[in-house]
Amino acid sequence: MEHLELFFKSIFIDNMVFATFLGMCSYLAVSKKVSTAVGLGAAVIFVMAVTVPMNWLLDQYILRDGALAWLGPEYADYNLGFLSFILFIATIATMVQLVEIIVEKFAPALYNSLGIFLPLIAVNCAILGGSLFMQSREIPSLALAFNYGISSGIGWFLAILAIAAIREKIRYSNVPPALRGLGITFILTGLMAIGFMSFGGMLTGDNPVPEAPVEETATVVEDKKEELKEEKRADVISYNDLNK
Amino acid sequence: MGLLSKKDAALIKDPLFDNNPITIQVLGICSALAITAELKASIVMGLSVLFVLGMGNVVISLMRNIIPSKIRIIVQLVVVAALVIIVDQVLKAFAYELSKTLSVFVGLIITNCIIMGRFEAFALGNGPWKAFLDGIGNAGGYAIILVIIGFFRELLGSGTLLGFQVLGDPIAKTGVYALGYENNGFMLLSPMALIVVGLIIWVQRARNPKLQESH
Repeated sequence: MEHLELFFKSIFIDNMVFATFLGMCSYLAVSKKVSTAVGLGAAVIFVMAVTVPMNWLLDQYILRDGALAWLGPEYADYNLGFLSFILFIATIATMVQLVEIIVEKFAPALYNSLGIFLPLIAVNCAILGGSLFMQSREIPSLALAFNYGISSGIGWFLAILAIAAIREKIRYSNVPPALRGLGITFILTGLMAIGFMSFGGMLTGDNPVPEAPVEETATVVEDKKEELKEEKRADVISYNDLNK
Repeated sequence: MGLLSKKDAALIKDPLFDNNPITIQVLGICSALAITAELKASIVMGLSVLFVLGMGNVVISLMRNIIPSKIRIIVQLVVVAALVIIVDQVLKAFAYELSKTLSVFVGLIITNCIIMGRFEAFALGNGPWKAFLDGIGNAGGYAIILVIIGFFRELLGSGTLLGFQVLGDPIAKTGVYALGYENNGFMLLSPMALIVVGLIIWVQRARNPKLQESH
């Protein structure tokens, strides 16, 4: 159940492209044709499924506060968290090179279809973003990290596939000349993102009182407003006092 | 500009408008969209990228003759990552709240395509001074767009600029709120950033037809 929840959540609700805008550059640059979009999307799924668990292990056993305790009690106080950017990106860059070499050796057909895209992926922010979100959301186990990597990759794949299909069709529409190409793609992505926001309520399905969270936020807002008002009043009073 | 020759000045000026990294070169979109709900975050992000790209371009340009071309991507990533760690630590030390708002997006400066793009396209083939100017220019162009998006999103979304209530008090109904104006909370949601960028591109290309694409 936990796995299924994370899977749907990272594909639809926290979609890499529509919710967090990661991997936008290649998303915009490589989405002119469906066939190339599929190639890049597949490569992203593959690399994310490899790098997110790798970085999870790094985070768990080297980087986080007290992670070095397995080396001995004198290492238990170290927190190497500030090194995570450099270690994560080094892992990703080397993994991409490694994957490229392995795929070239054992699956030349796949290499020919993915080949050009693999080096591009090292600088795709969706990959590094996946690892950083994995770290900041504190994904608890290796299996879940693997799941998170794969499902975020699938979410990205779906997004680029959809925009590529729309861009192939929109060629036949009469778009204002200044908006053609990049401009309309941005606005389309915005509209798709609004559509994807409607998935937000998907996982509250088995919640016994589905409206509870809404009420809570409403009351919080009201509380804040009241607090603000009270602060205002306090200000006014002190101001008056000063005047006296 | 007496200090700079015409060519050098063009290095700074071109990327600000006619060759803007975001609206024309389509680089560095990811972070431009996610953190622009507030003007303050946009400005800090712009400054961080200015620092990383300016310094990074100089470092890469100084090393351009000794980097083997096969592993240059890894070398570039390590240089950027080191600079970004500096920015991240400084933000955490002096502006902790802000670094929480920016969350992973400071880290994502590493994979900001503007940086890799400028390293590949410019710093690897030019001297340090030119590379520095190019870095400043491109990061400036990026920052300008960020500030424009942040300005409109914060003004229309929460009626504030840099946290100051410029349109009056929405609760006490002063200023424009007395006329029945309401904040458009939708502007704070992420999809609106995309649409605002789309509109900026529209305005820019309508003013300068040379930039228009056929499709």
